[in-house]
Amino acid sequence: MRVLLVDDEEELVSTLAERLTMRGIDAYWVTSGHAAIELIEHENFDVAILDIKLPRMSGLELKRHLSRRKPNLKFIFLTGHGSEQDYVEGSAEAGNPYYLVKPVQIEILMKKLTEIFQQEGNS
Amino acid sequence: MFDINRYKPKFWDHHDLSAGPYKPLFNFRLIWKQSVFLTLSVALIPLLFLAAMDYRVTQKAEESEILLRTSRLLSNTRRSLSYFLDERRFALSFIVLDNIYDDLADPVRLGQILKNLQSGLGQWSDLSLIDDKGVQQNYIGPYTMKNINYSDQDWYRDAVLNGSTISDVFMGFRNVPHLVIAVKHQRMDETPYVLRAALDIERLRELLSQLALSGQGDVFIINHKGILQTPSRYYGHVLEKMPFPIPDFSTQTQVLERTDPQNRQVIMGYAYITGTPFILMVVKHKHELMQPWYNTRFKLLLFLSGSILIILIVVIGVSTYLVNNIFVADQKRVTTLHQAEYTNKLASIGRLAAGVAHEINNPLAIINEKAGMINDIFLFRKEYQSDTKLIGLVKAIIQSVDRCAAITRRLLNFARHIEVSVQKVNLKGIIQDVLGFQTKEAEYRSIDITVDIPDDIPEFTSDRGKLQQIFLNLVNNAFSAMRDGGNLVITARLLADAHQVRISVKDDGCGIPETDLKRIFEPFFTTKTSIGGTGLGLSITYGLVRELGGDIEVVSTEGTGTTFTVTLPLEFNGKKGESHACSTGG
Repeated sequence: MRVLLVDDEEELVSTLAERLTMRGIDAYWVTSGHAAIELIEHENFDVAILDIKLPRMSGLELKRHLSRRKPNLKFIFLTGHGSEQDYVEGSAEAGNPYYLVKPVQIEILMKKLTEIFQQEGNS
Repeated sequence: MFDINRYKPKFWDHHDLSAGPYKPLFNFRLIWKQSVFLTLSVALIPLLFLAAMDYRVTQKAEESEILLRTSRLLSNTRRSLSYFLDERRFALSFIVLDNIYDDLADPVRLGQILKNLQSGLGQWSDLSLIDDKGVQQNYIGPYTMKNINYSDQDWYRDAVLNGSTISDVFMGFRNVPHLVIAVKHQRMDETPYVLRAALDIERLRELLSQLALSGQGDVFIINHKGILQTPSRYYGHVLEKMPFPIPDFSTQTQVLERTDPQNRQVIMGYAYITGTPFILMVVKHKHELMQPWYNTRFKLLLFLSGSILIILIVVIGVSTYLVNNIFVADQKRVTTLHQAEYTNKLASIGRLAAGVAHEINNPLAIINEKAGMINDIFLFRKEYQSDTKLIGLVKAIIQSVDRCAAITRRLLNFARHIEVSVQKVNLKGIIQDVLGFQTKEAEYRSIDITVDIPDDIPEFTSDRGKLQQIFLNLVNNAFSAMRDGGNLVITARLLADAHQVRISVKDDGCGIPETDLKRIFEPFFTTKTSIGGTGLGLSITYGLVRELGGDIEVVSTEGTGTTFTVTLPLEFNGKKGESHACSTGG
């Protein structure tokens, strides 16, 4: 499973990617929306984990760009605010309920990824 | 018992301590006084002025009317009296001219003349013929008087001297008060003689009594020496001295104001009757004459005092109403200002909390990942797997991060909802959010908090921020009322119609005295003055509950505790724009 992580906090995103790699997931990371769009032109991913609050281009906006290019791409959102408003918007946009509040527990993230992986396998 | 406080308007005892240098602007009692004073002045001064003017003018008119009436009466009477006497004198003159002495000396002829006079003019009692020596030569009348010598009588001398006379009233030989009219006959070729007629004063009295004298008036005749010629009702009998000084001579009728011997104010009119020794006097009591004026005056004063009373009531009523309206408007303004200030403060605290939480959250996430990474390394690399101490340390870090994360999440959750309006809310969640801020204090003070919210209460649409404020205020209130080791019970129940939910917050604190209970939701009512209470908490809570379409009640027993009961509709029908919270932006 190939996962793309997008978050402007490099320290956070790099460590999270490394921890996912340790758990057997093929994780890549970038720190901006533009870098993500550029990367997705050349690489294929199953899941994108996006921070909602990104500089210049928000996570939700980035999600629309990425979905246009890769319709099959699944998304998980991370947020610093425990906001239900974001949750409602995020799930309506994404058509999926994956929304996690930072700091993220790795076990919960792994659980979500496994769920998505199983869904893909089933479909 | 009469309780003045019940009738005092609300603003009467109001003292705005916060008004500072503008204090006079908010002295409502002074405003009321000024308003009453000014309005009363404007209304009463012209009224009183006009009333006083009217009083004087009417009084003067009435007085001069009295004088005029008296004067008219007097002059009519004088004319009648004068005519009455003159008529008789002329009749005698005519008889003297028409008859010779011998005719008049004949008793039959004189009797015939008296008879003719009585049938023509009436009121003749007798006739007598007196010769030039003053000796009566013939007499026809009721008395037996013969050969009396009148030569030393005043009237005889006067008649001889002046040709005719009308005498004062005197007793004379017959010993009855009477007056005498005498005419002298004088022709060059004949012996002079005098024809005399006596007139009983009853005749004069009858004449005077025909006058229409209202009530207690008195009309009488005096001679130039002030001796009463006819009886007076108040001032003596015939031939007594009149108690008033003799009025000054005047050819016209005169009316004066005098005080009589009984010390009464009287209107005295007099007229000298020319050709006679008589002065006609009319005396009327002023008090009696002024009676119609006193009646008018009483009505005038009654009307005036009635008007003043009505003006007073209207002015005081209107001033009280207006000043009270200003007062209420001002109170509303101050409450709104304070409310805005309070919610602004709350919103600022919320923004600050959210900012801090958000800033801390990012490094916290990094710590979480780094610690997680270390944990992963320990888990995945064999050389560290047996080092339980290191693993324990990392676990402790991660647990602490989790605790911090819970705090920041709660702060963010709370702050954000201050500015959010209507949404689906979970009552239990809100109560727990609110209690989350009080858990530490509750622990320190050993306050036992029981939350009894059954699961059958559905999520409902309401304003989460307002609900948070409502319960935060109620819980804070309960905490400040309770002693350490108290019990706080929060219960929620769905009402029978399933359209409303009732939440009660019950403490076992000091309770609220019954006198304060009525005023507890009033703005600025506080019992916590010594510890800086604004007196706004419960009034704002009340306002918020009303905005959500709900109701709040309080039951309290002093020393036992207080229960606040909030009833909220499950269907939100409050006005959206009425949100208290100001937009906080970002």
